[in-house]
Amino acid sequence: MSALSIHAVKKSYGDLVALDGVSLEVEQGEFFGLLGPNGAGKTTLISSMAGLCTPDSGSIKVMGHDVQKDFRMARRQLGVVPQELVFDPFFTVRETLTFQSGYFGLNKNDDWIDEIMANLDLTNKANANMRSLSGGMKRRVLVAQALVHRPPVIILDEPTAGVDVELRQSLWQFISRLNLAGHTIVLTTHYLEEAESLCGRIAMLKQGRVVALDTTQNLLAKHRPPGLPPKILGDDGAADLEAVFVKIMAESK
Amino acid sequence: MEQVKPLLPLNLLPEATIQSGFPALFRKEVRRFYSVAFQTVGAPILTAVLYLLIFGHVLASSPKIYGYEYAAFLIPGLVMMSILQNAFANTSSSLIQSKITGNLVFVLLAPLSHIEFFAAYVGAAMIRGLSVGFGVFMVTIWFAKIPFEAPIWIFIFALLGSALLGSMGLIAGIWADKFDQLAASQNFIIMPATMLSGVFYSIHSLPPFWLTVSHFNPFFYMIDGFRYGFFGDSDVSPYHSLFVLLICMSLVSTLALSMLKKGYKLRH
Repeated sequence: MSALSIHAVKKSYGDLVALDGVSLEVEQGEFFGLLGPNGAGKTTLISSMAGLCTPDSGSIKVMGHDVQKDFRMARRQLGVVPQELVFDPFFTVRETLTFQSGYFGLNKNDDWIDEIMANLDLTNKANANMRSLSGGMKRRVLVAQALVHRPPVIILDEPTAGVDVELRQSLWQFISRLNLAGHTIVLTTHYLEEAESLCGRIAMLKQGRVVALDTTQNLLAKHRPPGLPPKILGDDGAADLEAVFVKIMAESK
Repeated sequence: MEQVKPLLPLNLLPEATIQSGFPALFRKEVRRFYSVAFQTVGAPILTAVLYLLIFGHVLASSPKIYGYEYAAFLIPGLVMMSILQNAFANTSSSLIQSKITGNLVFVLLAPLSHIEFFAAYVGAAMIRGLSVGFGVFMVTIWFAKIPFEAPIWIFIFALLGSALLGSMGLIAGIWADKFDQLAASQNFIIMPATMLSGVFYSIHSLPPFWLTVSHFNPFFYMIDGFRYGFFGDSDVSPYHSLFVLLICMSLVSTLALSMLKKGYKLRH
């Protein structure tokens, strides 16, 4: 059973085609990258997986559960970190996480909530009101909210946009540990060095279509633009995936 | 270097099951208004007391209604008006704020059914409406001698009325895209309908045309039935009022549930 099974998903908003027949399989335990320029359809695809929008056609399954027909089990298996920095100004960090856990029916979840807060360096802010937190701290709470029910599939929609190095490091350490423990991770990011160092496979979207889908290593090997010196994955590879990304986007119509 | 404790592998965790998220969402909605109780409970109580002081004083020499002086007649109407307006305000303001700030996404991502969503929001609205109503009653009861002829009707109409207005607030909160759209529904529909429902007068004192119009206002039946619980007397039978209220509740809750099930203006 795949962690995510996306089959021929189409979604339009009026004349704008956001997703044009996207099909993908993400296996359990993968660290999967979903890349594309702004407006490529990444967030629409994530919203479709999370049930925040309804595709015009096609189907999506999370851990074998259809996100429309069996939406409760599908949502139980999924944790999504939204791109926008949103929060509820009425509550503290701990209250926010406790309520979020309760929405999933988990009412005695303090140990796990404490562990998430410790891993995301939120423990000393547990009783602070959400309004009083910096942008980086709010971003950490967003990540924590997606993890309160310890979902097998975790989707991170640009989780490090506009945050400092410290959070990036602690976030990736924690997410990597979750991945090692068996969680499937789907990451969208514009920081391609992050995708290159973390993701085993990458899909690239352009104008609602998948224009590339392969292991990170194969993408780098197959699409390396001529003239660039060969590099080994992880050896200062930032320019590599960026160059490959630019080439694939330019070539795909 | 500090050794990081490995996480329990996913396959050793208990199998995920679906448990209701209703209690948490209900608690959250109650905590939301309770955390600003000065504004959400205290202010409406003060408003109702001001109504009583002004109208009760100005109309003190009015003829008795149902055999009681005007202030005694006015108090149950003010209590019910406060219940209705605040139940509506709770769901509508919570939803529009969550929609506009974007934090509604946390509820939408959870495996809550449309029935749980409806019950949590409307339940919290009932708690707020009833809290304000109780507060208004406790403050105003000292201004006149109020009888309790048929208290069961007080509870029935308070509960059903707050549920109905909580459901209407839910619809308004889902429908409105901006605060001013919500304010329009509150100021141009809810406020006139409650003010013209017989809170301040018996509809039998109206000219025939307005008497007929009042019978098409569902808020009139809620106020009148609620008042029957105090005086054992009303403009129409409490059974008639209850029937109208149940019809309205069925229609409004069906519409609200259907909007939530379809994800109207919530899921795209």
